[in-house]
Amino acid sequence: MIARRRPPLSPLVWYGVPAAAALAASLILATPVRVAGLQAPEPVFALVPAFAWAMARPSIVPPLVLTGLGLALDLLWGGPLGLWPTCLLAAYALVFAARRILSGREFLGLLAWYAAACATAMMVGMVLTSLRAGRVPALLGVGEQLLITVVLFPFAWRLIERYEASETRYR
Amino acid sequence: MSLRDGPLGEIKPPLIWLAGVALVAAIAVGVGLFLSDGPHGRTFAGLRRAADGLASPTGDVMSAPVRWTGDAIGYVGDYLRAGSQNGELRAELAAARTWKDQAVALRHENERLRGLLGIATDPPMPMVSADTVLDARGPFSNSRLANAGADQGVTEGNPVLSEHGLVGRIAGVGPHVSRVLLLTDVESRVPVMIVRTNGRAILTGDGGPNPALAYLRTHDALHEGDRVLTSGDGGVAPRGLPVGTAVRGFGGAWRVALDADAAPIDFVRVLLFKDFSQLASPAELAPRELPSTATEAPETPATIVPSPPAAAKAPAP
Repeated sequence: MIARRRPPLSPLVWYGVPAAAALAASLILATPVRVAGLQAPEPVFALVPAFAWAMARPSIVPPLVLTGLGLALDLLWGGPLGLWPTCLLAAYALVFAARRILSGREFLGLLAWYAAACATAMMVGMVLTSLRAGRVPALLGVGEQLLITVVLFPFAWRLIERYEASETRYR
Repeated sequence: MSLRDGPLGEIKPPLIWLAGVALVAAIAVGVGLFLSDGPHGRTFAGLRRAADGLASPTGDVMSAPVRWTGDAIGYVGDYLRAGSQNGELRAELAAARTWKDQAVALRHENERLRGLLGIATDPPMPMVSADTVLDARGPFSNSRLANAGADQGVTEGNPVLSEHGLVGRIAGVGPHVSRVLLLTDVESRVPVMIVRTNGRAILTGDGGPNPALAYLRTHDALHEGDRVLTSGDGGVAPRGLPVGTAVRGFGGAWRVALDADAAPIDFVRVLLFKDFSQLASPAELAPRELPSTATEAPETPATIVPSPPAAAKAPAP
């Protein structure tokens, strides 16, 4: 995909920067501001690194970072603790299991898999929330959040490109 | 330094296995936390208070510039629309004067009737104003962070209103910040009544913009636009707070278009409401001394009976 070589990624750049960026973006979009009467969407930015980490270099670190990131989202959004760690890890697990099938796919192929990973996370969230609250969350709201999260795929693509540009072993 | 430069970098298959094991362990931790967290996050309340305390000033700082920009845009818009607004406001004022006369007459009549019936009116309810600094509006949690906490007397369960109507209730309180569980949250349940029919229902959130009217019980059929207020049942909120109007949902079920959606919920009022079950002290209501009981066999008195006078201790003839 990428011809230009770059220096190897340090763990800080590969794990720390995407996690911090996802958290910061979630925090910014959590401000109660309306523009022209419309509220900003609430995508799940953390699904971007979850997909990229599972695709590019699975190791013992991403599940730990995703757990921490999910807990931070639970605390930020006021949801039950453990909800988003489980959702993020479910998406990660799907891509982790299908990693060999995914290698070498182009933009559209990976976009479809990214959408599937996001849908898995949302499905797990729906099941857990339904079990807890005794009521199925509004499908329209789930669909809206899924759609707005899928739109973030170019960030995941960029992250994978950045990894491939620096890692020789992956090719 | 890359992770692969470390001593474990050359062991490829075990790393994948370790990654799998770490994944399974992390999922187990996530599910375990989810199962152990109580209703409205009570199990980890301390952790939540600490996190809310950290997030509140951050959200306050971040939302300030956007709020200023919004105010500036609003100011310019108001200036440009001043002429047309003037006409609208004059018309509204004329209508409001008519309503004011009717309201004054009704208030006097109401006071007289209450006096005749000897009904004690409700005491004025103290309230606290707050800014909302963070907002979660996803399908799985709908809550807001308000910058008023225990230091201002806010307690868990207090109803929260915007300028238009009920927004939700307090689900967690920190020293200077509190978490508002919105009516639209999937865990929100509030008893409400239909004004026209005096029917009762439970307003049930599902993450969507219009909460459903569950367990609806009313003699007359509901109509679109029927007013919905809090019923006061169960002590969740005082009776009569404006909630919204009844609307038909997609599946034909009755839902409520919330009054609070009419404008941004930037500022809220927290009612420092306590219902009777909160006010009553069970210790004070419990009898301090049990009344004496006369039994037919005084030679075997119950241990709780107070000692009788000396004359009564004389054996029966």
